[in-house]
Amino acid sequence: MSIAITTQFICFTILSLVVLIGALGVVLLESIVYSAFLLGGVFMSVAGLYLLLNASFVAAAQVLVYVGAVNVLIIFAIMLVNKKEDLKPINDIKSRRIISTSICLTLLSLLIRVDLTNVWSLSSPKNSIGEESTIRIGEHLFSDYLLPFEVASVLLLMAMIGAIVLARRDVMNKDISTGLPVDQELIEKSPEPLLTNKN
Amino acid sequence: MMNLESIPIQAFLIVSSALFCIGIWGLLNSRNAVRVLMSIELMLNAVNINLMAFSSYIDNNLIQGQVFTIFVITVAAAEAAVGLAILLSLYRNRVTVDMESFNLLKW
Repeated sequence: MSIAITTQFICFTILSLVVLIGALGVVLLESIVYSAFLLGGVFMSVAGLYLLLNASFVAAAQVLVYVGAVNVLIIFAIMLVNKKEDLKPINDIKSRRIISTSICLTLLSLLIRVDLTNVWSLSSPKNSIGEESTIRIGEHLFSDYLLPFEVASVLLLMAMIGAIVLARRDVMNKDISTGLPVDQELIEKSPEPLLTNKN
Repeated sequence: MMNLESIPIQAFLIVSSALFCIGIWGLLNSRNAVRVLMSIELMLNAVNINLMAFSSYIDNNLIQGQVFTIFVITVAAAEAAVGLAILLSLYRNRVTVDMESFNLLKW
């Protein structure tokens, strides 16, 4: 990386602040739409961190796949299921919050302790591949990681077919368990839920 | 200012640890199913930062961590597609995205 070290530090600080504050916003904000757009910001900043680590190809893949596909898919899902509903209050919500927060903080302190106390055997930066990393990734993908590469393509095909099968609506016109006709209207209009009176 | 040659690896590891814990907190505390999926994406990103940091600082000639990151990104894309399809079919059957109402497996 040919940027001066001070510039790298400033970039790293800004990017990690955006990542952490954005992630807190994703989990804490009331509006799910704001969360989705903040998630896009978090993905972009993570791509920036990858650029600081000399990985231009992975940064480009991160922007393309996460911001371009996953985030757009999440926004579409919010658009399809965005219904204002009053959530039922949970009676032991306070103890749940306390327990989960303490678990997360304990895990965080353990991880930070491991990060700081372990002695990492860093390799010397002079045999770093640097900007040539895209070439090396290509060599890996077509030699020693060829089988995982092919399996990943099969996995993507299976996920595509599975998503289509799960999300299409006109497969059957009768519910399997109850025998009642399935409502084929738009999701927004569907009046009675099929399973809510079973519990 | 510290006199260093590069950013220490611990900085990246701490950022990724914090991101992972925020993801776990969101996963445990969200009522909205879409937000649960977002928290899973945050956790996968934390793992990716970790892999990239190790690949750049410890294995900087072979960079096998970057190849792993590519595979994690692939799996995350597949997971998001299938997860959102499951969410849509749940919403069709229950007309809600509240995690507390998905309790068919509760006993």
